[in-house]
Amino acid sequence: MEEQNPESLAGAESHGAEAGHGGAEAAHGGHSPLSVFEIERVIPMHIGGIDVSITNSAIYMIIAVLAITLFLTVGMRGRALVPGRWQSMAELSYEFIAKMVRDNAGSEGRKYFPFIFTLFMFILFANLIGMIPFSFTVTSHIIVTFALAAVVFLGVTAIGFIRHGASFLKLFVPSGVPIFLLPLMVVIELLSYLTRPVSLSLRLFANMMAGHTMLEVFGGFVIALGILGGWAPLAFIVALTGLEVGIAMLQAYVFTILTCIYLNDALHPHH
Amino acid sequence: MEAEAARLIGAGLATIALAGVGVGIGNIFGSFVSGALRNPAAAPKVFGNVLLGFALTEAIALFALLIAFLLLFAV
Repeated sequence: MEEQNPESLAGAESHGAEAGHGGAEAAHGGHSPLSVFEIERVIPMHIGGIDVSITNSAIYMIIAVLAITLFLTVGMRGRALVPGRWQSMAELSYEFIAKMVRDNAGSEGRKYFPFIFTLFMFILFANLIGMIPFSFTVTSHIIVTFALAAVVFLGVTAIGFIRHGASFLKLFVPSGVPIFLLPLMVVIELLSYLTRPVSLSLRLFANMMAGHTMLEVFGGFVIALGILGGWAPLAFIVALTGLEVGIAMLQAYVFTILTCIYLNDALHPHH
Repeated sequence: MEAEAARLIGAGLATIALAGVGVGIGNIFGSFVSGALRNPAAAPKVFGNVLLGFALTEAIALFALLIAFLLLFAV
C-alpha cells in the first residue's frame, strides 16, 4: 500500500493539472490548496545534528509575540485614569480574561491568570496575523496547537495531583451512579480526560486550516470564472473573511475557556 | 485505480457528518432564539455559552473535514 503512495499521489497531481486546463478546476491546477501551509527554512541552522532553522512559522511566532508586547506596553504607557483608545483595548483584553478565570476557575484560579492570559493573547494574535493576506498562520499546524494543548494538559494534571494527591483520581468517579455502571463510567471518564489534549489541539488546528483552505479554494474560483463571473465568489470571499476574523477570535476564546474549565477540574475535582 | 476510487468515495462519505452537525448548530441557535424570546433580559448572559456551544459543535464538522483532507491529500 505504501509503495503505491507516491505513484497514486503523482497520478492525482497530473490529473489535477490536466483538469486545470479546462479552467473550472484551476483551484486544484497549479498547486494544491494546502500549499499556503508549507513551512520554508528562512535561515537554515543545525546545532548538533538537530534542525533548528528559523522557519517562516518561527518568524510569525516572533512577530506575534512582538505585536503582543507592543500592544500591551505601548497601550499602557500613558497609565491614564481615563483610558485612551489603546489603553482601553489593553485593559479590555485583561479584564476579559480576568473575568473568565474568576468565573470558571474561582478565586484559586487567579494564580494561573498570567499563563492563561499569555495563552489567549498568543493564540489570538497568531490567528489574527494569519488573516493578513500572504502571511502565515502559526496555529494552522497541528504540532504548534498540540504543543500548547499538551502543556495545558500536563500542567493541569500536575496541579491536580500536587494539590489533591491521590484524591484527584476521584475526578474519574462520578457521584450518584449505580454501582454496576461504575466500572464503565470510570473508563469513559478516563478516556474523555485523556482525549482532551487531542480535541483541544485538533479544534484550533482544524478551524484555522479549514478556514484558510476555504478562502484559497474560493480564491481559485474567482480566477477560474474570470472578470465576468468572478464577482460572485469575490463577494463571498469578503463575507468569509469577516467570518474568519470572527472565528479567529472565537477559537482563541474557546481554547482559553476550555483551559479554564480544565483548570477548574484540577482545582475542585469534587464539583 | 481502485484505491484511488475508494479514496474519493471515502472523502465524499466523510461529509455525511455535516448532517449531524447541521442538526446540532440549528438546535443551539434555535433554542437560543426561543429562549431569548421568552426571556429577553436573560439573553445576553447566555450568548457566551451559545458561542461556545457553536464552536464545539462546529469543531465536529471540522474533524470530518480533516478526515476528508487526509483521504484526499495524505493517504
